[in-house]
Amino acid sequence: MKLKLHVNGAKHTVEVAPMKRLLDTLREDLALTGTKEGCGEGECGACTVLIDGAAVNACLVPTCQVEGAEVRTVEGLASDGRLHRLQRAFLDNGAAQCGICTPGMMMAALALPKKSSLEQIRAGLAGNLCRCTGYMKIYDAVAQFLAGEKR
Amino acid sequence: MPKKSGRDGGARRAKSRSGELRTVGHNVARAEGVEKVTGAARYIDDLVFDDMLYGATLRSTVPAGRIVAVEKDPQFDWTGFVFVDHRDITAPGRNAVAMITEDQPFLAVDRVRHQAEPIWLVAHADRARLAAGLARITVRYEKEKAQLDFETATEVLKEIAIKRGDLDAAFARADVVVEGTYRTGAQEQLYIETNGVIAQPGAGDHADGITVHGSMQCPYYVVRALRVLLGLPEAKVRVVQTTTGGGFGGKEEYPSVLAGHAALLARKAGKPVKMVYERHEDLIATTKRHPSIITHRTAMKKDGTILGIDIDLRLDGGAYVTLSPVVLSRAAIHATGPYRADAVRIRGRVMMTHTPPNGAFRGFGAPQSQFAAEVHMDRIAAELGIEPIALRRKNLFNTGDVTATGQKLHDSVAAHEVLDRALARHAIATKAAAKARGKTAAKGAVKGAVKGATKNGAAANGAPLRGTGLALFFHGSGFTGGGEVKLASKAGIALTKDGVQLLVGSTEIGQGTRTMHAQIVAESLGIPYDMIDTADPDTARVPDSGPTVASRTCMVVGRILQRAAEKLRAQLGDYDDGKSFKKRARKLLEARGTVEVIEEYERPGDIVWNDTTYEGDAYGAYAWGANIADIEIDPISYQARCTHFTAVIDIGKAIHPILAEGQIEGGTLQGIGWALYEDVVMRDGKMHNASLTNYIIPTTLDTPPITVEIVEHPYKNGPFGAKGVGECPIDGPAAAIVNAIRAATGKRLDAVPATPERIMKALV
Amino acid sequence: MIAAADLTVQRPRTLKQALQLLRDASAENQPLTPMAGGTDLFVTLNMGQRPSARYLDLWAIEKLRGVEATGKRGLVFGALATYTDCIESKAVHKRLPILVDAARQVGGVQIQNRGTLAGNIENGSPAADGVPVLMAADATVVLRSIDGERRVPLAAYYHGYRKTERRADELIVAVEVEVPDGTQRFDKVGTRAAQAISKVVMAAVGHRLAFGSVAPTVVRARALEAYVEAGGRDVAEAQRLALEDARPIDDVRSTAEYRRRVVANLVAAWLGGLDKPPRTR
Repeated sequence: MKLKLHVNGAKHTVEVAPMKRLLDTLREDLALTGTKEGCGEGECGACTVLIDGAAVNACLVPTCQVEGAEVRTVEGLASDGRLHRLQRAFLDNGAAQCGICTPGMMMAALALPKKSSLEQIRAGLAGNLCRCTGYMKIYDAVAQFLAGEKR
Repeated sequence: MPKKSGRDGGARRAKSRSGELRTVGHNVARAEGVEKVTGAARYIDDLVFDDMLYGATLRSTVPAGRIVAVEKDPQFDWTGFVFVDHRDITAPGRNAVAMITEDQPFLAVDRVRHQAEPIWLVAHADRARLAAGLARITVRYEKEKAQLDFETATEVLKEIAIKRGDLDAAFARADVVVEGTYRTGAQEQLYIETNGVIAQPGAGDHADGITVHGSMQCPYYVVRALRVLLGLPEAKVRVVQTTTGGGFGGKEEYPSVLAGHAALLARKAGKPVKMVYERHEDLIATTKRHPSIITHRTAMKKDGTILGIDIDLRLDGGAYVTLSPVVLSRAAIHATGPYRADAVRIRGRVMMTHTPPNGAFRGFGAPQSQFAAEVHMDRIAAELGIEPIALRRKNLFNTGDVTATGQKLHDSVAAHEVLDRALARHAIATKAAAKARGKTAAKGAVKGAVKGATKNGAAANGAPLRGTGLALFFHGSGFTGGGEVKLASKAGIALTKDGVQLLVGSTEIGQGTRTMHAQIVAESLGIPYDMIDTADPDTARVPDSGPTVASRTCMVVGRILQRAAEKLRAQLGDYDDGKSFKKRARKLLEARGTVEVIEEYERPGDIVWNDTTYEGDAYGAYAWGANIADIEIDPISYQARCTHFTAVIDIGKAIHPILAEGQIEGGTLQGIGWALYEDVVMRDGKMHNASLTNYIIPTTLDTPPITVEIVEHPYKNGPFGAKGVGECPIDGPAAAIVNAIRAATGKRLDAVPATPERIMKALV
Repeated sequence: MIAAADLTVQRPRTLKQALQLLRDASAENQPLTPMAGGTDLFVTLNMGQRPSARYLDLWAIEKLRGVEATGKRGLVFGALATYTDCIESKAVHKRLPILVDAARQVGGVQIQNRGTLAGNIENGSPAADGVPVLMAADATVVLRSIDGERRVPLAAYYHGYRKTERRADELIVAVEVEVPDGTQRFDKVGTRAAQAISKVVMAAVGHRLAFGSVAPTVVRARALEAYVEAGGRDVAEAQRLALEDARPIDDVRSTAEYRRRVVANLVAAWLGGLDKPPRTR
């Protein structure tokens, strides 16, 4: 089936089965492999992308349901070779170690309310598992990013 | 760096100790950081090769049995499928995973010894067809009796003994003998990227060779395994590590098995074959931390002096030997904890069971044995009526003391210092937490978003039980005993016209290898960090630097690189800065074509080890750690929750403080997970909770604020004084938490994971 | 691996189309499985199971979205009302705050954004977090077919493990609640603090009490409710009565013994707070 998708501000038409997971469509049909699969059961959040600004697990979304919606993935963060401030904050604070959870973690962080407290950061990232960092450096990065957003 | 704020944990960084150092001790930009935050980094599942097939594994569904027949459904359309079984492994190749012994086959021949054991391999170009086909192959077995419980198992895969002093005399002199038995459960490494490889026929100019790309810690282990499997010389085997999404030991030995499988399929098909496990398969088939049962008998003087320690330690090895002997060795050497005793006897055994082999996991046996040691210390303190801290202080290692293997601790002993610092940090954190609680209560605003999620509503009715627990521990850096000499690791530096390129087989798996090695070399050469490039971990290009395990990558391999840098510096002659370095480099390159300095491991002269008697200097240096856990237990659900955690670790020198803290925080949380949540439920010899829904690792909301302090007691043979950092942090948390539970409830648990079900049993 | 090519999906734009499709499919004895946010369905598919090959995607039917407040204590949840909708609804905060608690604990934000109350009900998992709250609040499931509507009390909606009242030609179009008086309480005892499957869930509205994860379906504790309604306050007796309806088993996540004890503890805590004034927000 032909589906029209909006991803990272660009329009695409893909020929995919409508029940194909958004995750697979992004990775296989659009070559956007920055979105990762960690479990296929909506637990780890490595496949988190934004649909109309809301964080979702792309492993649990059929592609047909995002027709007409704006999908944003990690590839849509940096622009013109300049890192997004959130990416910068992840680098500065050592929030990315092995990096496999990082794209999903950043997308979930982007969906946080702008003035999130530490407790809200923790709650908002509870759907993203990281096995490397112990989360502390991720809080630092997100807090630094949000502090900048406030200004 | 921005000063941290916003969380009540936080890490203190050593300041002025860097002295004149310009790169080492500074938080330089992570080498492969930009790729990782932009999504550009290519992990194995992100790669697609032309004309590639997908591979899958037909696995046993019984724990022990004779294979009677493997049958394909004749109704199914098998067009385009490729099959491999043990008969496809032909001489001079051998059906044996080359590790310490060769008892484990790549593919079962006529018997299976555990659930999920590979029997056949299948490949197809279409993944859906592949899955459908796999479901149409059946194996008929004649079931055999399976030994699933290692505590009642009798077959010993490996046994070792450590003896020192006169144990009988020590027990005869004892005022009190304290005995206890402790158990730890299996733990899954749970890297977020599952195991995966792509095998491709041919290697360089050798059409009959093999190339494997994949997620792994030890490319040269994979080379060796492929050589044995395929009967190929080293020149015809090429292994390339792709960006690796976590390892923690779980990608130390297992990738050898998977690479072998993919290689067999690729050679039969004449095409590249990708095998990437889905999470369920990764959980049921790959290695876990060894479960343990450990009994301590301690001869004590009334005043709290340890006279003698007698330990019996058993690990569940699973069905094959794999790395269990060395896990056992590390477990045994660390089994006393960081305490001296004139008489020690440690008996260690690995038991065979009909379960998937257990294997490497951060800490490598030391977390199990030091869990027992530290919970036992609290038991001794209780039985003698001595303060647990005072008891520990009395027996803690000092410089000049001698370990169980007879190693005299010459320098870099920080056992007391980490304890002091942990107590100080804990006191500060406790004060801050009390103050914050007061503030929050007054404000009462921010709680909104997590109120429901962090707190059982019921807790309001019954106050939680609170407790604080302590654990002290140490961890030997590098391979045990003569291991490093046998490894004879190599690493080096190639001169380029813009700087240098590191030639090192150590892998970046998230811990910061590339960055840290580049810092060591930049500092040693006196050139800017950004003039250092690192060659891709491709065995066709980089030498064998030994496996990326055992907290050795900084202390051991970093030291080799440092020596290579010093040698290169001598060859270059005088230069002042990066610019003049480049001039000299270009000149030298013009004259010689290529300039490479490859150095090999050199045993520091003062290290002596006897592998038969298990005596001597087990490790060049030890990292030292102290943990303090604050926990509370909900009286309704019996769930223990860690509310704050203090970790102070001596690592000699933090080459990159943020990365080092990241190692400590991450290792600590894995330890907390092992202590409280992570439970591998086995049924009929197979992991029964093999999903991320049911195998529980900590989320953000389960993670306490972690206060970290790094102590730097330099080790003279480490680069800039550095020792190992990767593993030490996971040795303490389980004991600290179980000791805290004891403090909160007055009840002994003596086992992890301390699940609510277990705590309930202890309480009621 | 999902063989997506083998799955068909109908994508109606209106409720009427959806109901017609359901009717036609059911007449041909090839029923369609309704799909909302897919958070349960895709987990099942990813695990290699295939509950159905034919789906009815409701996601585009705008009319089924959202939460509405009716009268003084009423709430109407559209079939596509998500957990996030519940969390963001002022009316839910005011009238049924324990549903907000449940919604926040149902999974990460990603699940909250896509998971629906109606899906949670129809999926029939005994471990569903939202269902005990709705059941304790005497919620009504509104089922509609092309012929008309019927209302079924949620407490009577389940016939057994994952067996529901819905006929193949019907769709849950809404869940209605007229929130009863009384203290509300929600307790989820899960495997961890977030992203957890429940070991025991208890939800209470006044004297109405529902449990999750302790029986083949979410259940009301009728025997205990009657006792408390009649003025009974003896803790031991209350615990005994609760366990008449809560009959947990051992499974991969916990033991029957643990669940029984937690139920007993929860009942004691609930009873202790029952006659205190209701909490305010």
